[in-house]
Amino acid sequence: MTVLDSTWEGNLNELKGLVSERALSGETMVLNMGPQHPSTHGVLRLLLELDGENIVNCVPDIGYLHTGIEKNMESKRYEQAITMTDRMDYLSPMGNNLVYCLAMEKLIDLDVPPRAQTIRVLLAELTRINSHLVWLGTHALDIGAMSVFLYCFREREKILDIFELVSGQRMMSTYFRPGGIWRDVPAEFEPAVRDFLDYFPAKIDDYERLLTNNPLWLDRTQGIGFMSADDAIRLGCTGPTLRGSGVNWDIRKALPYSGYENFEFDVPTGQHGDVYDRYFVRIQEMRQSLRIVRQALDNLSDGPVRSNNRKYVPPPRSELGTSMEAVIHHFKLWTEGFRPPKGEVYVRIESPRGELGCFLASDGSPKPWRVHFRTPSFVHLSALPFLAKDHLIADLVAIIGSIDIVLGDCDR
Amino acid sequence: MAQVNPIAVLQTAFPEAVTDVQTFRDETTALVDAAYIVDICRFCRDTEELGFNLLSDITGIDYHPQQPRFAVAYHLYSLIHNQSLRLKVLLPDDDPTVASVTGVYPAANWFEREIFDLMGITFTDHPDLRRLLMPEDWDGHPLRKDYPLGYETVQFSFNFDEVDKHKPYAKE
Repeated sequence: MTVLDSTWEGNLNELKGLVSERALSGETMVLNMGPQHPSTHGVLRLLLELDGENIVNCVPDIGYLHTGIEKNMESKRYEQAITMTDRMDYLSPMGNNLVYCLAMEKLIDLDVPPRAQTIRVLLAELTRINSHLVWLGTHALDIGAMSVFLYCFREREKILDIFELVSGQRMMSTYFRPGGIWRDVPAEFEPAVRDFLDYFPAKIDDYERLLTNNPLWLDRTQGIGFMSADDAIRLGCTGPTLRGSGVNWDIRKALPYSGYENFEFDVPTGQHGDVYDRYFVRIQEMRQSLRIVRQALDNLSDGPVRSNNRKYVPPPRSELGTSMEAVIHHFKLWTEGFRPPKGEVYVRIESPRGELGCFLASDGSPKPWRVHFRTPSFVHLSALPFLAKDHLIADLVAIIGSIDIVLGDCDR
Repeated sequence: MAQVNPIAVLQTAFPEAVTDVQTFRDETTALVDAAYIVDICRFCRDTEELGFNLLSDITGIDYHPQQPRFAVAYHLYSLIHNQSLRLKVLLPDDDPTVASVTGVYPAANWFEREIFDLMGITFTDHPDLRRLLMPEDWDGHPLRKDYPLGYETVQFSFNFDEVDKHKPYAKE
Protein backbone atom coordinates (compact mmCIF):
# COMPACT_ATOMS: atom_id res chain seq x y z
CA MET A 1 0.00 0.00 0.00
CA THR A 2 1.41 3.37 -0.93
CA VAL A 3 0.71 6.26 1.33
CA LEU A 4 0.86 9.57 -0.40
CA ASP A 5 3.11 12.02 1.37
CA SER A 6 1.27 15.07 0.23
CA THR A 7 -1.79 15.84 -1.80
CA TRP A 8 -3.04 19.02 -3.38
CA GLU A 9 -2.65 21.00 -0.20
CA GLY A 10 -2.37 18.83 2.86
CA ASN A 11 -0.60 15.87 4.28
CA LEU A 12 -2.62 12.68 4.09
CA ASN A 13 -0.68 11.22 7.00
CA GLU A 14 -2.43 13.69 9.28
CA LEU A 15 -5.60 11.74 8.64
CA LYS A 16 -4.14 8.59 10.15
CA GLY A 17 -6.22 7.44 13.06
CA LEU A 18 -9.16 9.56 12.00
CA VAL A 19 -10.12 7.57 8.94
CA SER A 20 -9.56 3.92 8.11
CA GLU A 21 -6.57 2.51 6.29
CA ARG A 22 -8.77 2.08 3.25
CA ALA A 23 -8.98 5.82 2.85
CA LEU A 24 -5.22 6.22 2.88
CA SER A 25 -4.84 3.74 0.05
CA GLY A 26 -7.56 5.47 -1.92
CA GLU A 27 -10.12 2.69 -1.71
CA THR A 28 -12.63 4.91 0.05
CA MET A 29 -13.10 8.59 -0.54
CA VAL A 30 -12.51 11.36 1.98
CA LEU A 31 -14.97 14.17 1.48
CA ASN A 32 -15.16 17.51 3.20
CA MET A 33 -18.65 18.70 4.13
CA GLY A 34 -18.99 22.26 5.35
CA PRO A 35 -18.15 24.49 7.13
CA GLN A 36 -20.34 26.50 4.79
CA HIS A 37 -23.04 24.04 3.94
CA PRO A 38 -26.79 24.64 3.90
CA SER A 39 -27.67 21.57 5.93
CA THR A 40 -25.02 21.49 8.62
CA HIS A 41 -26.97 24.04 10.70
CA GLY A 42 -24.25 26.60 11.05
CA VAL A 43 -20.51 26.45 10.62
CA LEU A 44 -19.95 22.77 11.23
CA ARG A 45 -17.32 20.95 9.22
CA LEU A 46 -17.51 17.22 8.79
CA LEU A 47 -14.82 15.03 7.40
CA LEU A 48 -16.53 12.08 5.81
CA GLU A 49 -14.99 8.85 4.68
CA LEU A 50 -17.27 7.39 2.07
CA ASP A 51 -17.58 4.01 0.49
CA GLY A 52 -19.81 4.92 -2.42
CA GLU A 53 -22.58 6.78 -0.69
CA ASN A 54 -22.13 4.98 2.62
CA ILE A 55 -20.44 6.70 5.50
CA VAL A 56 -17.54 4.69 6.87
CA ASN A 57 -16.28 7.37 9.22
CA CYS A 58 -17.49 10.79 10.19
CA VAL A 59 -15.16 13.21 11.95
CA PRO A 60 -16.79 16.45 13.11
CA ASP A 61 -14.51 19.48 13.17
CA ILE A 62 -15.84 22.30 15.31
CA GLY A 63 -14.52 25.57 16.58
CA TYR A 64 -15.45 27.80 13.67
CA LEU A 65 -17.80 29.72 15.94
CA HIS A 66 -15.58 29.63 19.01
CA THR A 67 -15.77 33.11 20.47
CA GLY A 68 -14.17 32.53 23.86
CA ILE A 69 -17.30 33.34 25.82
CA GLU A 70 -16.09 31.47 28.90
CA LYS A 71 -12.81 33.39 28.91
CA ASN A 72 -14.55 36.69 28.26
CA MET A 73 -16.98 36.21 31.11
CA GLU A 74 -14.08 35.93 33.54
CA SER A 75 -13.19 39.53 32.77
CA LYS A 76 -16.71 40.89 33.21
CA ARG A 77 -18.67 41.46 36.38
CA TYR A 78 -21.34 38.91 37.18
CA GLU A 79 -24.23 40.96 35.91
CA GLN A 80 -22.42 42.24 32.82
CA ALA A 81 -21.65 38.71 31.76
CA ILE A 82 -25.33 37.87 31.26
CA THR A 83 -25.23 39.50 27.83
CA MET A 84 -22.64 36.99 26.71
CA THR A 85 -24.88 34.05 27.51
CA ASP A 86 -27.50 35.22 25.00
CA ARG A 87 -24.99 34.71 22.25
CA MET A 88 -24.21 31.07 22.98
CA ASP A 89 -27.37 29.28 21.96
CA TYR A 90 -28.86 32.07 19.91
CA LEU A 91 -32.14 30.22 19.46
CA SER A 92 -32.69 29.95 23.19
CA PRO A 93 -31.41 33.20 24.74
CA MET A 94 -33.84 33.11 27.66
CA GLY A 95 -32.77 29.58 28.53
CA ASN A 96 -29.12 30.63 28.66
CA ASN A 97 -29.97 33.68 30.76
CA LEU A 98 -31.93 31.45 33.06
CA VAL A 99 -29.19 28.93 33.73
CA TYR A 100 -26.60 31.61 34.40
CA CYS A 101 -28.96 33.55 36.67
CA LEU A 102 -29.89 30.39 38.54
CA ALA A 103 -26.20 29.66 39.04
CA MET A 104 -25.59 33.15 40.41
CA GLU A 105 -28.63 32.89 42.64
CA LYS A 106 -27.51 29.55 43.98
CA LEU A 107 -24.04 30.93 44.60
CA ILE A 108 -25.27 33.91 46.62
CA ASP A 109 -28.41 32.24 47.93
CA LEU A 110 -30.62 34.94 46.48
CA ASP A 111 -34.40 34.75 46.57
CA VAL A 112 -36.55 35.23 43.47
CA PRO A 113 -40.12 36.53 43.90
CA PRO A 114 -42.88 34.17 42.71
CA ARG A 115 -44.08 36.51 39.99
CA ALA A 116 -40.59 36.68 38.48
CA GLN A 117 -40.30 32.89 38.63
CA THR A 118 -43.57 32.42 36.79
CA ILE A 119 -42.63 34.95 34.12
CA ARG A 120 -39.31 33.17 33.74
CA VAL A 121 -41.02 29.82 33.23
CA LEU A 122 -43.47 31.35 30.78
CA LEU A 123 -40.74 32.94 28.69
CA ALA A 124 -38.50 29.88 28.91
CA GLU A 125 -41.32 27.78 27.47
CA LEU A 126 -41.97 30.31 24.70
CA THR A 127 -38.26 30.12 23.98
CA ARG A 128 -38.56 26.35 23.75
CA ILE A 129 -41.34 26.69 21.20
CA ASN A 130 -39.31 29.29 19.33
CA SER A 131 -36.28 27.03 19.21
CA HIS A 132 -38.32 23.98 18.22
CA LEU A 133 -39.92 25.98 15.41
CA VAL A 134 -36.53 26.83 13.91
CA TRP A 135 -35.45 23.24 14.40
CA LEU A 136 -38.60 21.89 12.70
CA GLY A 137 -38.36 24.31 9.81
CA THR A 138 -34.71 23.66 9.06
CA HIS A 139 -34.95 19.94 9.70
CA ALA A 140 -37.84 19.62 7.25
CA LEU A 141 -36.07 21.86 4.77
CA ASP A 142 -32.99 19.63 4.89
CA ILE A 143 -35.08 16.59 4.14
CA GLY A 144 -36.87 18.38 1.33
CA ALA A 145 -40.14 19.71 2.75
CA MET A 146 -39.75 23.37 2.04
CA SER A 147 -43.15 24.78 2.93
CA VAL A 148 -42.86 23.79 6.60
CA PHE A 149 -39.91 26.11 6.91
CA LEU A 150 -41.95 29.11 5.80
CA TYR A 151 -44.83 28.30 8.15
CA CYS A 152 -42.51 27.78 11.11
CA PHE A 153 -40.79 31.09 10.63
CA ARG A 154 -44.14 32.85 10.31
CA GLU A 155 -45.17 31.58 13.75
CA ARG A 156 -41.76 32.24 15.21
CA GLU A 157 -42.16 35.92 14.43
CA LYS A 158 -45.10 36.06 16.83
CA ILE A 159 -42.92 34.75 19.65
CA LEU A 160 -40.12 37.14 18.79
CA ASP A 161 -42.68 39.96 18.92
CA ILE A 162 -43.52 38.93 22.48
CA PHE A 163 -39.83 38.94 23.37
CA GLU A 164 -39.51 42.39 21.88
CA LEU A 165 -42.51 43.50 23.89
CA VAL A 166 -40.95 42.51 27.21
CA SER A 167 -37.27 43.15 26.64
CA GLY A 168 -37.02 45.47 23.67
CA GLN A 169 -35.02 42.87 21.77
CA ARG A 170 -36.16 40.11 19.49
CA MET A 171 -33.31 37.71 20.11
CA MET A 172 -30.55 38.88 22.44
CA SER A 173 -32.93 39.73 25.23
CA THR A 174 -30.80 39.66 28.43
CA TYR A 175 -34.12 39.84 30.25
CA PHE A 176 -33.39 37.62 33.25
CA ARG A 177 -31.23 39.14 35.94
CA PRO A 178 -29.98 37.78 39.26
CA GLY A 179 -32.88 37.98 41.68
CA GLY A 180 -35.62 38.20 39.07
CA ILE A 181 -36.14 39.88 35.75
CA TRP A 182 -35.09 43.22 34.32
CA ARG A 183 -38.51 44.87 34.76
CA ASP A 184 -42.12 43.87 34.89
CA VAL A 185 -43.91 42.82 31.74
CA PRO A 186 -46.02 45.55 30.08
CA ALA A 187 -49.82 45.53 30.10
CA GLU A 188 -49.98 44.34 26.49
CA PHE A 189 -48.04 41.20 27.41
CA GLU A 190 -50.95 39.10 28.63
CA PRO A 191 -53.27 39.69 25.63
CA ALA A 192 -50.34 39.07 23.27
CA VAL A 193 -49.56 35.70 24.86
CA ARG A 194 -53.27 34.80 24.97
CA ASP A 195 -53.51 35.57 21.26
CA PHE A 196 -50.58 33.29 20.61
CA LEU A 197 -52.10 30.53 22.76
CA ASP A 198 -55.28 30.66 20.69
CA TYR A 199 -53.45 30.90 17.42
CA PHE A 200 -50.69 28.36 17.75
CA PRO A 201 -52.28 24.92 18.49
CA ALA A 202 -53.95 24.84 15.07
CA LYS A 203 -50.57 25.56 13.51
CA ILE A 204 -48.98 22.54 15.21
CA ASP A 205 -51.82 20.49 13.71
CA ASP A 206 -50.87 21.94 10.33
CA TYR A 207 -47.24 20.89 10.69
CA GLU A 208 -48.34 17.45 11.73
CA ARG A 209 -50.67 17.20 8.76
CA LEU A 210 -47.75 18.03 6.51
CA LEU A 211 -45.27 15.64 8.09
CA THR A 212 -46.38 13.14 10.71
CA ASN A 213 -48.09 10.68 8.37
CA ASN A 214 -46.47 11.83 5.18
CA PRO A 215 -45.06 8.69 3.50
CA LEU A 216 -42.03 10.57 2.18
CA TRP A 217 -41.28 11.91 5.64
CA LEU A 218 -41.68 8.45 7.17
CA ASP A 219 -39.36 6.95 4.56
CA ARG A 220 -36.68 9.49 5.27
CA THR A 221 -36.87 9.39 9.07
CA GLN A 222 -38.00 6.01 10.33
CA GLY A 223 -35.22 3.58 11.16
CA ILE A 224 -32.58 6.25 10.51
CA GLY A 225 -30.02 7.26 13.12
CA PHE A 226 -31.07 4.64 15.61
CA MET A 227 -29.77 5.00 19.15
CA SER A 228 -30.66 2.70 22.02
CA ALA A 229 -31.39 4.08 25.46
CA ASP A 230 -28.14 2.67 26.85
CA ASP A 231 -26.08 4.19 24.07
CA ALA A 232 -27.80 7.52 24.51
CA ILE A 233 -26.93 7.62 28.21
CA ARG A 234 -23.41 6.36 27.56
CA LEU A 235 -22.81 9.13 25.05
CA GLY A 236 -24.24 11.75 27.40
CA CYS A 237 -27.31 12.56 25.33
CA THR A 238 -30.03 14.50 27.11
CA GLY A 239 -33.25 16.28 26.31
CA PRO A 240 -35.41 15.25 23.35
CA THR A 241 -32.55 13.20 21.91
CA LEU A 242 -32.51 11.01 25.01
CA ARG A 243 -36.30 10.94 25.33
CA GLY A 244 -36.61 9.88 21.69
CA SER A 245 -34.81 6.71 22.78
CA GLY A 246 -37.47 6.09 25.41
CA VAL A 247 -35.78 7.41 28.55
CA ASN A 248 -38.21 9.48 30.54
CA TRP A 249 -35.81 12.02 31.99
CA ASP A 250 -36.67 15.67 31.99
CA ILE A 251 -34.80 18.02 34.31
CA ARG A 252 -37.99 20.06 34.75
CA LYS A 253 -39.48 16.97 36.42
CA ALA A 254 -36.43 15.32 37.97
CA LEU A 255 -34.75 18.38 39.47
CA PRO A 256 -37.34 21.17 39.23
CA TYR A 257 -36.02 24.71 39.12
CA SER A 258 -37.71 28.09 38.99
CA GLY A 259 -41.01 26.63 40.21
CA TYR A 260 -41.55 23.97 37.53
CA GLU A 261 -42.86 21.65 40.24
CA ASN A 262 -46.07 23.74 40.31
CA PHE A 263 -46.91 23.06 36.69
CA GLU A 264 -48.72 20.15 35.21
CA PHE A 265 -47.28 18.75 32.02
CA ASP A 266 -46.35 15.45 30.45
CA VAL A 267 -42.97 14.33 29.23
CA PRO A 268 -43.35 12.81 25.79
CA THR A 269 -41.01 9.93 24.98
CA GLY A 270 -40.31 7.91 21.87
CA GLN A 271 -39.93 4.16 21.50
CA HIS A 272 -37.45 3.42 18.76
CA GLY A 273 -34.80 6.10 19.15
CA ASP A 274 -34.69 7.00 15.48
CA VAL A 275 -34.96 10.34 13.69
CA TYR A 276 -38.73 10.07 13.53
CA ASP A 277 -39.12 9.56 17.27
CA ARG A 278 -36.94 12.53 18.03
CA TYR A 279 -39.11 14.55 15.66
CA PHE A 280 -42.27 13.30 17.33
CA VAL A 281 -41.00 14.06 20.84
CA ARG A 282 -40.24 17.66 19.92
CA ILE A 283 -43.61 18.18 18.27
CA GLN A 284 -45.34 16.90 21.40
CA GLU A 285 -43.09 19.08 23.54
CA MET A 286 -44.42 22.15 21.80
CA ARG A 287 -47.93 21.20 22.88
CA GLN A 288 -46.77 20.61 26.45
CA SER A 289 -44.99 23.94 26.45
CA LEU A 290 -48.24 25.60 25.47
CA ARG A 291 -49.88 23.93 28.45
CA ILE A 292 -47.23 25.35 30.74
CA VAL A 293 -47.53 28.81 29.22
CA ARG A 294 -51.29 28.73 29.73
CA GLN A 295 -50.96 27.68 33.37
CA ALA A 296 -48.29 30.29 33.98
CA LEU A 297 -50.48 33.01 32.56
CA ASP A 298 -53.48 31.90 34.61
CA ASN A 299 -51.47 31.73 37.82
CA LEU A 300 -49.51 34.91 37.34
CA SER A 301 -49.66 36.58 40.75
CA ASP A 302 -49.10 40.24 41.44
CA GLY A 303 -46.03 41.33 43.28
CA PRO A 304 -42.43 42.40 42.84
CA VAL A 305 -40.37 40.97 39.99
CA ARG A 306 -36.95 41.39 41.58
CA SER A 307 -35.50 40.44 44.89
CA ASN A 308 -35.30 43.03 47.64
CA ASN A 309 -31.77 42.08 48.62
CA ARG A 310 -30.01 45.38 48.06
CA LYS A 311 -26.53 43.88 48.33
CA TYR A 312 -27.10 42.15 45.02
CA VAL A 313 -30.04 43.84 43.33
CA PRO A 314 -30.00 47.57 42.54
CA PRO A 315 -32.79 49.69 44.08
CA PRO A 316 -35.57 50.97 41.85
CA ARG A 317 -34.96 54.30 40.22
CA SER A 318 -37.70 55.97 42.28
CA GLU A 319 -35.87 55.35 45.55
CA LEU A 320 -32.76 57.19 44.44
CA GLY A 321 -34.33 60.58 45.00
CA THR A 322 -35.38 59.92 48.59
CA SER A 323 -32.98 57.43 50.14
CA MET A 324 -29.27 57.95 50.69
CA GLU A 325 -28.86 54.23 51.25
CA ALA A 326 -30.39 53.51 47.87
CA VAL A 327 -27.90 55.87 46.25
CA ILE A 328 -25.02 54.09 47.95
CA HIS A 329 -26.26 50.67 46.87
CA HIS A 330 -26.87 51.90 43.36
CA PHE A 331 -23.40 53.38 43.17
CA LYS A 332 -21.70 50.32 44.60
CA LEU A 333 -23.54 47.89 42.36
CA TRP A 334 -22.92 49.79 39.14
CA THR A 335 -19.31 50.71 39.79
CA GLU A 336 -18.02 47.67 41.58
CA GLY A 337 -20.60 44.94 41.25
CA PHE A 338 -21.53 42.47 43.94
CA ARG A 339 -19.25 40.02 45.68
CA PRO A 340 -20.67 36.51 46.02
CA PRO A 341 -19.20 34.20 48.63
CA LYS A 342 -16.38 31.89 47.67
CA GLY A 343 -17.62 28.61 46.29
CA GLU A 344 -18.51 26.51 43.29
CA VAL A 345 -21.92 25.53 42.00
CA TYR A 346 -23.26 23.53 39.10
CA VAL A 347 -26.80 24.20 37.92
CA ARG A 348 -28.62 22.34 35.18
CA ILE A 349 -31.77 23.22 33.31
CA GLU A 350 -33.72 21.62 30.51
CA SER A 351 -32.92 23.75 27.49
CA PRO A 352 -34.78 23.05 24.23
CA ARG A 353 -31.86 20.86 23.22
CA GLY A 354 -31.16 19.03 26.46
CA GLU A 355 -29.24 19.50 29.65
CA LEU A 356 -27.76 22.96 29.78
CA GLY A 357 -25.39 23.13 32.72
CA CYS A 358 -23.56 26.07 34.19
CA PHE A 359 -20.54 25.61 36.40
CA LEU A 360 -19.78 28.80 38.24
CA ALA A 361 -16.75 29.23 40.50
CA SER A 362 -16.36 32.32 42.63
CA ASP A 363 -13.27 33.49 44.49
CA GLY A 364 -15.19 36.21 46.32
CA SER A 365 -14.36 38.96 43.84
CA PRO A 366 -16.92 40.84 41.69
CA LYS A 367 -15.92 38.85 38.62
CA PRO A 368 -16.56 35.14 38.15
CA TRP A 369 -13.41 33.08 38.55
CA ARG A 370 -14.50 30.41 36.14
CA VAL A 371 -17.68 29.94 34.15
CA HIS A 372 -18.21 26.79 32.20
CA PHE A 373 -21.26 25.85 30.19
CA ARG A 374 -22.10 22.27 29.57
CA THR A 375 -24.01 22.68 26.36
CA PRO A 376 -26.23 20.02 24.84
CA SER A 377 -25.19 20.68 21.22
CA PHE A 378 -21.57 20.01 22.15
CA VAL A 379 -22.36 16.62 23.61
CA HIS A 380 -24.82 15.63 20.91
CA LEU A 381 -22.36 16.53 18.19
CA SER A 382 -19.75 14.31 19.81
CA ALA A 383 -22.27 11.47 19.44
CA LEU A 384 -22.70 12.16 15.71
CA PRO A 385 -19.98 9.75 14.49
CA PHE A 386 -21.78 6.96 16.33
CA LEU A 387 -25.16 7.91 14.84
CA ALA A 388 -23.93 8.48 11.30
CA LYS A 389 -21.93 5.28 10.91
CA ASP A 390 -23.05 3.07 8.02
CA HIS A 391 -25.74 5.48 6.90
CA LEU A 392 -26.13 7.09 3.51
CA ILE A 393 -24.83 10.59 3.14
CA ALA A 394 -28.37 11.82 2.53
CA ASP A 395 -29.43 10.35 5.87
CA LEU A 396 -26.59 12.16 7.61
CA VAL A 397 -28.43 15.39 6.90
CA ALA A 398 -31.55 14.00 8.56
CA ILE A 399 -29.50 12.84 11.56
CA ILE A 400 -27.83 16.23 12.02
CA GLY A 401 -31.27 17.80 11.97
CA SER A 402 -32.65 15.32 14.47
CA ILE A 403 -30.06 16.01 17.18
CA ASP A 404 -30.88 19.71 16.86
CA ILE A 405 -27.50 21.35 17.12
CA VAL A 406 -26.75 25.04 17.28
CA LEU A 407 -23.10 25.72 16.61
CA GLY A 408 -23.06 28.81 18.78
CA ASP A 409 -24.13 26.58 21.63
CA CYS A 410 -21.52 24.01 20.71
CA ASP A 411 -18.46 26.22 20.28
CA ARG A 412 -19.27 29.03 22.73
CA MET B 1 -34.05 1.23 46.67
CA ALA B 2 -33.27 3.64 49.45
CA GLN B 3 -31.00 6.53 48.67
CA VAL B 4 -27.51 6.13 49.99
CA ASN B 5 -24.91 8.71 50.70
CA PRO B 6 -22.49 8.35 47.77
CA ILE B 7 -19.65 9.88 49.75
CA ALA B 8 -19.91 7.27 52.49
CA VAL B 9 -19.89 4.48 49.93
CA LEU B 10 -16.89 5.99 48.17
CA GLN B 11 -14.99 6.44 51.40
CA THR B 12 -15.54 2.82 52.36
CA ALA B 13 -14.43 1.55 48.98
CA PHE B 14 -11.48 3.92 48.48
CA PRO B 15 -10.40 5.01 51.97
CA GLU B 16 -7.04 6.31 50.77
CA ALA B 17 -8.28 8.00 47.56
CA VAL B 18 -10.90 10.39 48.90
CA THR B 19 -8.82 13.16 50.39
CA ASP B 20 -11.49 15.70 51.27
CA VAL B 21 -15.23 16.24 51.12
CA GLN B 22 -16.77 19.68 50.69
CA THR B 23 -20.40 20.68 50.77
CA PHE B 24 -21.55 24.03 49.43
CA ARG B 25 -25.20 24.89 48.69
CA ASP B 26 -26.26 21.26 48.96
CA GLU B 27 -23.69 20.19 46.39
CA THR B 28 -21.23 17.54 47.46
CA THR B 29 -17.72 17.56 46.12
CA ALA B 30 -15.35 14.68 46.71
CA LEU B 31 -11.71 15.61 46.24
CA VAL B 32 -10.02 12.47 45.03
CA ASP B 33 -6.50 11.40 44.26
CA ALA B 34 -5.83 11.80 40.53
CA ALA B 35 -4.33 8.31 40.31
CA TYR B 36 -7.66 6.72 41.24
CA ILE B 37 -10.03 8.72 39.04
CA VAL B 38 -10.72 5.99 36.50
CA ASP B 39 -11.28 3.36 39.17
CA ILE B 40 -13.57 5.67 41.10
CA CYS B 41 -15.58 6.57 38.01
CA ARG B 42 -15.97 2.91 37.12
CA PHE B 43 -17.01 2.17 40.69
CA CYS B 44 -19.55 5.04 40.63
CA ARG B 45 -21.05 3.80 37.40
CA ASP B 46 -21.15 0.08 38.15
CA THR B 47 -22.06 -0.01 41.83
CA GLU B 48 -25.77 -0.56 42.03
CA GLU B 49 -26.52 1.72 44.97
CA LEU B 50 -24.67 4.60 43.29
CA GLY B 51 -25.62 4.09 39.64
CA PHE B 52 -24.00 7.27 38.30
CA ASN B 53 -24.66 6.37 34.69
CA LEU B 54 -24.65 9.83 33.12
CA LEU B 55 -21.57 11.97 32.87
CA SER B 56 -23.02 15.46 32.81
CA ASP B 57 -19.91 17.49 32.46
CA ILE B 58 -16.17 17.67 32.89
CA THR B 59 -14.55 21.02 33.39
CA GLY B 60 -11.09 22.28 34.13
CA ILE B 61 -10.37 25.06 36.58
CA ASP B 62 -7.19 27.10 36.87
CA TYR B 63 -6.56 28.32 40.43
CA HIS B 64 -3.45 30.28 39.48
CA PRO B 65 -1.41 31.36 41.48
CA GLN B 66 -2.56 28.83 44.08
CA GLN B 67 -0.91 25.44 44.33
CA PRO B 68 -1.86 22.86 43.21
CA ARG B 69 -2.84 25.02 40.30
CA PHE B 70 -5.28 23.00 38.22
CA ALA B 71 -8.40 21.06 39.00
CA VAL B 72 -10.63 18.88 36.88
CA ALA B 73 -14.23 18.56 38.06
CA TYR B 74 -16.39 15.65 36.98
CA HIS B 75 -20.13 16.09 37.33
CA LEU B 76 -21.80 12.71 37.59
CA TYR B 77 -25.51 12.15 37.65
CA SER B 78 -27.54 9.07 38.43
CA LEU B 79 -30.69 8.67 36.36
CA ILE B 80 -31.68 5.81 38.63
CA HIS B 81 -31.47 7.58 41.98
CA ASN B 82 -31.81 11.17 40.76
CA GLN B 83 -28.74 12.44 42.55
CA SER B 84 -25.55 14.09 41.49
CA LEU B 85 -21.98 14.10 42.66
CA ARG B 86 -18.95 16.17 41.81
CA LEU B 87 -15.55 14.53 41.79
CA LYS B 88 -12.57 16.79 41.70
CA VAL B 89 -8.91 16.05 41.16
CA LEU B 90 -6.17 18.59 41.81
CA LEU B 91 -3.22 18.72 39.46
CA PRO B 92 0.17 20.40 39.79
CA ASP B 93 1.38 23.35 37.75
CA ASP B 94 4.16 21.44 35.99
CA ASP B 95 2.84 18.72 33.74
CA PRO B 96 -0.84 18.54 34.72
CA THR B 97 -1.81 15.03 33.68
CA VAL B 98 -4.70 12.81 34.62
CA ALA B 99 -5.97 9.54 33.20
CA SER B 100 -8.81 9.77 30.71
CA VAL B 101 -12.22 8.42 31.71
CA THR B 102 -13.36 7.83 28.13
CA GLY B 103 -13.14 4.10 28.82
CA VAL B 104 -15.84 4.46 31.47
CA TYR B 105 -17.89 7.30 30.02
CA PRO B 106 -17.59 7.68 26.23
CA ALA B 107 -19.20 11.10 26.62
CA ALA B 108 -15.94 12.29 28.19
CA ASN B 109 -14.21 12.28 24.81
CA TRP B 110 -14.91 15.84 23.73
CA PHE B 111 -14.99 17.28 27.24
CA GLU B 112 -11.41 16.12 27.74
CA ARG B 113 -10.35 17.34 24.35
CA GLU B 114 -11.81 20.74 25.16
CA ILE B 115 -9.95 20.91 28.47
CA PHE B 116 -6.75 19.76 26.78
CA ASP B 117 -7.21 22.47 24.19
CA LEU B 118 -8.22 25.40 26.37
CA MET B 119 -6.61 24.55 29.70
CA GLY B 120 -3.61 22.47 28.68
CA ILE B 121 -4.30 19.47 30.86
CA THR B 122 -3.17 16.19 29.33
CA PHE B 123 -5.37 13.12 29.53
CA THR B 124 -3.46 9.87 29.23
CA ASP B 125 -5.00 6.99 27.26
CA HIS B 126 -7.38 9.31 25.47
CA PRO B 127 -8.19 7.85 22.04
CA ASP B 128 -7.96 11.10 20.09
CA LEU B 129 -6.37 13.93 22.06
CA ARG B 130 -6.27 16.80 19.56
CA ARG B 131 -7.21 20.43 19.85
CA LEU B 132 -10.95 20.81 19.53
CA LEU B 133 -11.96 24.46 19.43
CA MET B 134 -8.75 26.36 18.70
CA PRO B 135 -6.83 25.96 15.44
CA GLU B 136 -4.38 23.06 15.37
CA ASP B 137 -1.33 25.32 15.22
CA TRP B 138 -2.39 27.58 18.09
CA ASP B 139 0.10 28.41 20.79
CA GLY B 140 -0.93 28.35 24.43
CA HIS B 141 -4.12 27.52 26.25
CA PRO B 142 -6.61 30.41 26.36
CA LEU B 143 -8.49 29.51 29.53
CA ARG B 144 -5.36 29.59 31.67
CA LYS B 145 -5.27 32.57 33.96
CA ASP B 146 -1.85 33.69 32.75
CA TYR B 147 -3.08 33.82 29.16
CA PRO B 148 -4.00 37.42 28.37
CA LEU B 149 -7.51 38.17 27.25
CA GLY B 150 -6.14 39.97 24.23
CA TYR B 151 -7.02 43.26 22.73
CA GLU B 152 -5.75 45.25 19.80
CA THR B 153 -4.35 48.75 19.87
CA VAL B 154 -6.27 50.89 17.43
CA GLN B 155 -4.25 51.43 14.29
CA PHE B 156 -4.09 54.92 12.86
CA SER B 157 -2.13 56.06 9.86
CA PHE B 158 0.56 57.60 12.05
CA ASN B 159 1.22 54.44 14.09
CA PHE B 160 0.22 51.73 11.64
CA ASP B 161 3.63 50.06 11.34
CA GLU B 162 4.42 50.43 15.01
CA VAL B 163 1.19 48.70 16.07
CA ASP B 164 1.49 46.07 13.39
CA LYS B 165 4.93 45.11 14.67
CA HIS B 166 3.53 44.19 18.09
CA LYS B 167 0.40 42.44 16.94
CA PRO B 168 0.08 38.96 18.42
CA TYR B 169 -0.24 36.81 15.35
CA ALA B 170 -1.15 33.22 16.13
CA LYS B 171 1.68 31.69 14.13
CA GLU B 172 4.52 33.37 16.00
